[in-house]
Amino acid sequence: MDPECARLLPALCAVLADPRQPVADDTCLEKLLDWFKAVTEAGSSLLLLQEHPCLVELLFHALRAQDLSPRTLSFALRLAGVFAAQENCFQHLQQGELLPGLFGEPGPLGAAAWVAPSVRSGWIQGLRSLAQHPSALRFLANSGAVDTIFSLQGDPSLFVASAAGQLLVHILDLAMREPAEGRVCPQAWDWPVCARKIVCHLEDCLRSDAAPRVTQALHVLTTTFGHCHGLWTQGLWVQLSPLVACLLEKDPMPAPHTLVDLLLSVARSSVPSSDPGLWETVAQTLTRLSPTQAGPLAAGILKLQDCPQALRIQAFNVLLQPLACVLEAAAQAPATPGLLEGAAGDPMAVDTLPPSKSACVGLLCSALAHLELLQPLPQRPSPWPQAPLLAATVTILRFCNGSAAPSSEAGGRLCTMLVGCVRVQRAALDFLGVLSQGLGPQELVTQVFAVLLEYLMSPDSSPMVLKKAFQATLRWLLSSAMPPGCCDLEPCAQLVLGELLAMLQKRLCSPCWEVRDSGLEFLTQVTRHWGGQASFRQVLLASELPELTRQLLQDPESYVRASAVAAVGQLSSWGLLAAPSSPEQPAIPQETPLEALLLILTTDSEGFPRRAVMRVFTEWLRDGHAEVAEDPERFVAEVLRAAGKDGDWEVRVQGLELALVFLERLLGPRGSSAVAPPSVTARAMRALCQVQLFEFAFRSLFDCDRPVAQKSCDLLLFLRATATPPGSPQEAGDRPNVASVEAALRRWRAGEQGQPLGELAPEAILAVLRSMDLEALRDTLAKSSDHVERSPQSLLQDMLATVGVLGDNEADCY
Amino acid sequence: MKLYCLSGHPTLPCNVLKFKSTTIMLDCGLDMTSTLNFLPLPLVQSPRLSSLPGWSLKDGNAFLDKTELIDLSTVDVILISNYHCMMALPYITEHTGFTGTVYATEPTVQIGRLLMEELVNFIERVPKAQSASLWKNKDIQRLLPSPLKDAVEVSTWRRCYTMQEVNSALSKIQLVGYSQKIELFGAVQVTPLSSGYALGSSNWIIQSHYEKVSYVSGSSLLTTHPQPMDQASLKNSDVLILTGLTQIPTANPDGMVGEFCSNLALTVRNGGNVLVPCYPSGVIYDLLECLYQYIDSAGLSSIPFYFISPVANSSLEFSQIFAEWLCHNKQTKVYLPEPPFPHAELIQTNKLKHYPSIHGDFSNDFRQPCVVFTGHPSLRFGDVVHFMELWGKSSLNTVIFTEPDFSYLEALAPYQPLAMKCIYCPIDTRLNFIQVSKLLKEVQPLHVVCPEQYTQPPPAQSHRMDLMVDCQPPAMSYRRAEVLALPFKRRYEKIEIMPELADSLVPMEIKPGISLATVSAVLRTKDNKHVLQPPPRPTQPTGGKKRKRASDDIPDCKVLKPLLSGSIPVDQFVQTLEKHGFSDIKVEDTAKGHIVLLQEAETLIQIEEDSTHIICDDDEVLRVRLRDLVLKFLQKF
Repeated sequence: MDPECARLLPALCAVLADPRQPVADDTCLEKLLDWFKAVTEAGSSLLLLQEHPCLVELLFHALRAQDLSPRTLSFALRLAGVFAAQENCFQHLQQGELLPGLFGEPGPLGAAAWVAPSVRSGWIQGLRSLAQHPSALRFLANSGAVDTIFSLQGDPSLFVASAAGQLLVHILDLAMREPAEGRVCPQAWDWPVCARKIVCHLEDCLRSDAAPRVTQALHVLTTTFGHCHGLWTQGLWVQLSPLVACLLEKDPMPAPHTLVDLLLSVARSSVPSSDPGLWETVAQTLTRLSPTQAGPLAAGILKLQDCPQALRIQAFNVLLQPLACVLEAAAQAPATPGLLEGAAGDPMAVDTLPPSKSACVGLLCSALAHLELLQPLPQRPSPWPQAPLLAATVTILRFCNGSAAPSSEAGGRLCTMLVGCVRVQRAALDFLGVLSQGLGPQELVTQVFAVLLEYLMSPDSSPMVLKKAFQATLRWLLSSAMPPGCCDLEPCAQLVLGELLAMLQKRLCSPCWEVRDSGLEFLTQVTRHWGGQASFRQVLLASELPELTRQLLQDPESYVRASAVAAVGQLSSWGLLAAPSSPEQPAIPQETPLEALLLILTTDSEGFPRRAVMRVFTEWLRDGHAEVAEDPERFVAEVLRAAGKDGDWEVRVQGLELALVFLERLLGPRGSSAVAPPSVTARAMRALCQVQLFEFAFRSLFDCDRPVAQKSCDLLLFLRATATPPGSPQEAGDRPNVASVEAALRRWRAGEQGQPLGELAPEAILAVLRSMDLEALRDTLAKSSDHVERSPQSLLQDMLATVGVLGDNEADCY
Repeated sequence: MKLYCLSGHPTLPCNVLKFKSTTIMLDCGLDMTSTLNFLPLPLVQSPRLSSLPGWSLKDGNAFLDKTELIDLSTVDVILISNYHCMMALPYITEHTGFTGTVYATEPTVQIGRLLMEELVNFIERVPKAQSASLWKNKDIQRLLPSPLKDAVEVSTWRRCYTMQEVNSALSKIQLVGYSQKIELFGAVQVTPLSSGYALGSSNWIIQSHYEKVSYVSGSSLLTTHPQPMDQASLKNSDVLILTGLTQIPTANPDGMVGEFCSNLALTVRNGGNVLVPCYPSGVIYDLLECLYQYIDSAGLSSIPFYFISPVANSSLEFSQIFAEWLCHNKQTKVYLPEPPFPHAELIQTNKLKHYPSIHGDFSNDFRQPCVVFTGHPSLRFGDVVHFMELWGKSSLNTVIFTEPDFSYLEALAPYQPLAMKCIYCPIDTRLNFIQVSKLLKEVQPLHVVCPEQYTQPPPAQSHRMDLMVDCQPPAMSYRRAEVLALPFKRRYEKIEIMPELADSLVPMEIKPGISLATVSAVLRTKDNKHVLQPPPRPTQPTGGKKRKRASDDIPDCKVLKPLLSGSIPVDQFVQTLEKHGFSDIKVEDTAKGHIVLLQEAETLIQIEEDSTHIICDDDEVLRVRLRDLVLKFLQKF
């Protein structure tokens, strides 16, 4: 602890102990506690207490004082726990009867303060901190604290109840860790008293008829198997699994969700290696649970690294069941491969779907979501039934838009439940997008595109559904590239693209801005991928899309303008924006895309479009866009001038990114560590001076927004490293006059940014760069902006200062 | 209670309800789909139409009339639910001997008048050179090409009414306000409620003291310009007659409006014109409001919008003055003060211009590309015919159908081949089946009655079980020319009791909270109201002759035996009998009660819920003894 803090500590303890000066701000106490934790982790707690008796006094005061605020009392309990985490310090406090006082009957436990949840929470957290060594364990066993923890499991405050459960797990782990060392799996009668007590309690709870008690026990066990990895957990499972099995057989099953969590937690632990019976329990549970409850268990099983193949098949069937019902409801031709091959001829039927709309929709959505997460995993079931899944998803989407005809009365009910259901539509479109990763039979792919087109064209698709349909379509188009990675599309996708562009024209005219926005995003993406493809170019140029996109640069909605900027950028990169000039209609001189975007950069009142312009410009410069390539210096100069004045820091950061791209064009890519030859450097420096990049970069260096300054620092470091190799000889007498530059920089640093830098000679720049301690600046910037204010010393000072001016700045929490 | 169903068109209903001696006609919609069988009536001579072979320019327009199911002169009142559902009014009020009253809200009448005026104007301004009616002869008709030869009851098709008939019909209307209670002959009370579909549109409650029938016709739960629908007042109905649901249950109006705007913008941007065949009131207000918000963002500010109708001006003006009939948002604007509809601003800024017809000012101002709203949606008459002829040949132009009343393909048939684009964006804000099912759950009527079309999925989408009315018990359906006995019996009638008579009653409490009293009174019934009056005092006998006459007038007021109540506990009754010396008593249980058998006395006592009989052989003394024993267990009053 530094001397200044040591000096302030007694005063602070006095303040904390004084009920007339309550600490207004909780976060101060939290920070203080963090600091004490850091201090005790770095050194001896005992020494700390001996050096600063005020701390022990504070704890004693907490024990005795009746009028201490719950907040401070809670703090004291947690502080005592932090100190007592070290065994020698624990004994020191134990001798002083402080610990039994604080955590036993005579303390807050029996006092009025106990009604405050924060005090109960502090009591638990204090115990959680100190329970680190055998002495603590004995203390816990003797003080009766464990019984209190049991009762706190049912605390009305959820935070307290949950913390109590976690504390039990921690104590159990601590108790079992010691004797189990080196032994395989101790028997129950070998367990320490404390552990036996907890396990007995858990057994009682599991046998109880009261659902909350069962749930509490299941939570504790779930956490235990999730967090404790000792071999003893296997013994614990052997002990408790019969009780869990009893729960599984009850009708109705108590707390099914928590039971599923427990089984998964056990399955992920080391238990299965010793108890293969677990898999049987899990398999039975899968059959006992309702389809909705079984979904998470099945998904969890399928994510396990190793588990029996039969169980995996069973779990997968649980997830596939709802989709199989859908397929059945739509009476797919018998030729279509079934989803559940094992269950052929089963009376599974659509009747197994829940009868209420919300339950049925929930089941389908969760099945789709689970399968969606499963698809990209390496351990996903194999063979993956790609074709039936595709068929089922397409059928769901058709039920949702009313175009699928059900085959039975039950199917009719399903159809009625799904028609127009946006939730299912979204889930199915997401899953359909994921399914594009695998291939499918041609006729199914045709169906996929057909249903996607239906959704994209339907005026009834909600904006959100439309967005998902666009995303799924793009993924399918990408996966239909033939061969993979190649630009050309399959004839079918080719055909779709034509229809898509026609549809897109209408979507871009939609009165709903979300639709225009996602339409533009889609256009940007397809152009990015197929802008070079002749047939695409032909269809696009024949359509209204380029013109519409250009018009949307003036859209009243800023998000749409931003998307239009991106689309114009992409179209223009591929030369798809040129106005077609026909003999009857000579091309009217229009403003070029570059001019249009520059206008947005300089005049748009919203940040999004301006940021989008900067991204497009950076891309154009990087890719050598024709219009930019004509005169890159002029382009960069103009853009930097505009970005430098922009009020939005992201635009300025993007400006620096553009400057960096320009630098790389002149000096070679970053990270190559090659020093540019002097002739290249000289030419580059002239160009950089010409575009006034330094003025922009130096101003950014002192920008009030840290990311801007950091980016600028990186840029200048790169420049210095490339242009001025370390140790390069400085010719005497050649030193340019940098005084004026340095003076300007000093003023900028002081916040007077008004004065321009003026004309600069490259040599002067290099000299300034060499003289600046950019590394130090980078380190300072790397620290968070409140690093000065975050020191413990400042914390203590603030807390002391706050007292007295209480009430004026209650909301002030740094 | 009976319902006579005169129309088979679910959105243009015409039903007659006979309820408590009143005959109430519910709506009189005019199904004009038969006009589609005729050629368009062009404003200017169309060489193309007149050179068509064969059946050129037939007699104008004819309409389907009601059947002879009921004598319309017996109809007491007609309740109108919205302006679309009153278009047949002149046919009923003018040619059937109808002498009753028509009830409708003010906007319904005013806008209904505009629609009729427009219709008459459209027809009358193109007098037909010749008219043919021989073809209606069944023998000739069956030789005609389809669909004409399949048309039913063409003989009942009528010519369009005249303005004079319209005025006369409208003069029979009495204006009503929402929630106003109107007594019909003291028998029933009718009340219009806001239905949320159009300006002044109403649902009707028809109720007596103990029965309530709700008539729901053309209602909307969407937030458009009219006052929102009043659902609460429909609760506790015995019967709910449900008509006028959306004609396009699969199209969501919001999506359609989006589609409308997108197609409009695309066409105009390409330099094409947009034609919107529409009625002069209703959805057009909402479309104009959407366009008002949309045109600037879509860069269409410079495109002129034309609204051409003989009643365009009145329609736009009327909409602004019916503030009390508008939704809350629009009502509050009036106090700012601002016009409730933004089309006022469109007119002010010259973006929207309206003309009575294409002749005159319009031809001077006409500028292309433009958007034209004009009637009639059937494309058979009105200025729309001219624009179809004018723009049909260019693929740059688009016709956008927004009114769902006519099949757009049939409407377009006489204009084929057509190069212009056709977009079908039907906007129907009336209830869809999901909303109906929510409404019925909320309102919980005992019985639902609806057209048969609503009780099964549409024929083209037979798998869409969601596109039908789903309620418990299942809805009763009706079809054209059917008479439906409504499934509930009238059981009670309210009778008033005069204060002085009430004063004279002596109630006796027979159970806690239930008192009884006997009443002797005269029941007087007048104007369907029943009143109990004190009986006239018996006049003192003055003489033989006079007394005789008095007794003729005065009801028989002889002293009545006391009334009995209560039940006889058999066990106790038997004990009492034994106490009184009867022996050899046997009790038999019967379906209705018990028989107590006094074998010795050869006597039966039959005790049932509402009667007790003592059957003995001529032993009056025994009978009286037994009677007195029975009476001990009963209360008298």
